[in-house]
Amino acid sequence: MAKQAAAPIERMAGQKPHKGRQLALEFVTFLLFVLFMMPFIIVVFNSMRTNQDIINQPVGLPSGLGQFWTNITDIWNNPTFNFLTALRDSVIITVLSLAIISIFSSMAAWVLVRNKTKWSTIIFMSYVAAMVIPFQVVMFPLLTWFRTVGDFIGIPMLRSYQGIIFAYLGFGEAMSIFIFHGFIKGVPLELEEAADIDGCSRAGTFFRIVLPLLQPVFVTVLVLNGLWIWNDYLLPLLVLGSSGDIRTIPLAVQGFNGAYVKQWHLIMSSTLLAMLPIIILYLFAQKYIVQGMVDGSIK
Amino acid sequence: MSSKHKRKLTEFLFLFPTLFAFVMVIIIPFILGIFYSFTDWQGTGAYSQIVGLTNYKAIFSEPGFLHSFLVTLLFTVLNIITVNVVAFVISLLVTSEIRGRNVYRAGFFIPNLIGGIVLGLVWQFIFSNILPSLGKALGWDAISKSLIANKDTVMLTMVIVNTWQYAGYIMLIYVASIQGISKSVLEAAEVDGATYWTRVTRIQIPLMANAFTISLFLTLTNSFKMYDVNVALTNGGPVAMFMGKPVQASELLALNIYQTAFKYNNMAQGQAKAVIFFVVLTIFSIIQVSYNKSKEVEA
Repeated sequence: MAKQAAAPIERMAGQKPHKGRQLALEFVTFLLFVLFMMPFIIVVFNSMRTNQDIINQPVGLPSGLGQFWTNITDIWNNPTFNFLTALRDSVIITVLSLAIISIFSSMAAWVLVRNKTKWSTIIFMSYVAAMVIPFQVVMFPLLTWFRTVGDFIGIPMLRSYQGIIFAYLGFGEAMSIFIFHGFIKGVPLELEEAADIDGCSRAGTFFRIVLPLLQPVFVTVLVLNGLWIWNDYLLPLLVLGSSGDIRTIPLAVQGFNGAYVKQWHLIMSSTLLAMLPIIILYLFAQKYIVQGMVDGSIK
Repeated sequence: MSSKHKRKLTEFLFLFPTLFAFVMVIIIPFILGIFYSFTDWQGTGAYSQIVGLTNYKAIFSEPGFLHSFLVTLLFTVLNIITVNVVAFVISLLVTSEIRGRNVYRAGFFIPNLIGGIVLGLVWQFIFSNILPSLGKALGWDAISKSLIANKDTVMLTMVIVNTWQYAGYIMLIYVASIQGISKSVLEAAEVDGATYWTRVTRIQIPLMANAFTISLFLTLTNSFKMYDVNVALTNGGPVAMFMGKPVQASELLALNIYQTAFKYNNMAQGQAKAVIFFVVLTIFSIIQVSYNKSKEVEA
């Protein structure tokens, strides 16, 4: 009742006199938004121009779709940039890393929550403490260590898919376990006890009962780790090398940029290609990406 | 095997993959890293002798490192302010009654989807080509020469790019927080005659303390660890004078650590710098979080 009464008062007192203010707000927001989008507009416009044109007149309108097509085919077929293999490598590394990070972290978090021993507390606290360790302090010894381990077991850990995916598991799991841990604490135990009584194994209980309940928190873990791994530059640079056979998209963009005297029309086209996959994904999964980013930061 | 043992085995197997990766990727390299910083390690795994504090003494008398340290602090402080102010203003705009607010919310986040290498290149083009050309055309001396090539303005470009990239993410956190504030509180204040400014400063901001803690922490660590935008936008340049020696005007700590190891082939000193980096980041994070937590309790 009180709420219903408050609404019309608010509308009378609030909206009518503020029509002008609302228009002003809309105008300011629109201007700010155009300013924010300007770099993308610049990328698209300059992907439609020749290098000579850009150098003579940096601020200018696009020449048209013909030039756009020429630039895109040029950069697409450029052997230094090699977009398709970079895209393939980025997809392989991101997808496989996400799969093992999310599965293994949820398994570990579940055991750590349900198994209330001194050890599970110690392990969990170590993961939490490790989250403050910046990549910089482990990156040089990691290279030496991976080389030693690779030589010892006969499976290369540097310049290989398995090496970088394993490294991403190591760097991504602490935060992921922390996020799963927080969620699983709130999952009622009764369901698992019922499964236990029905003779379900521990592994069966997890995969059939618990895992399906974790779906919302999977979104968070996948989005947070996915954006980071997809865009990461330093770990691939160190583990894969700037001239190795496996190159992610950021490595390819930086490699192409450093290879020639600045050919801005091709550099702009290369950044356009590099942006497209994630922006297309965002158009389809915007709701999940935004939700994942917000939930991940608040936890 | 008894069911109790089977249960223990399952739990161990669930914990094993993440524990194994944690030890191999974080713990061992971390311990090795601390140890190597006290040796004359050359990155090959071997070291010939323990040199005590020699590396630490050397880096604290090195103008390049001290300059990087100061520049990183300056960048972090400026960035924390600009990112959070811009993000907060945008969050107020997109939670007001304006049309298209959902589109704006989604749009302002887009820069955060793109990696620092790609963004850095795009902005390098803007600062070194687009803005000087505009400056000449409009007769604005301030931007008629590249802001990146000038040692006095180069850090400003880093702050602009990082604010542009990161504000959309922090905005999402503020938006989620604003949406969590009960509408009836704000309506009651409006009915009681509170101005918009009073409602924001007296009601919204105090109720958003938790969001500020998170955002300040995220911006602090993100700024302090900044690497990829630094590489792609300025690569540390141009040269400036500091303590009578030439140094890199915009070389942040993360880049300085990398260059020490790979450009100047001094792995042990690079590692010592990384250890300092870790210690400082940890201290900052603890101070910042405990300070904000105490504020939250008061609010």
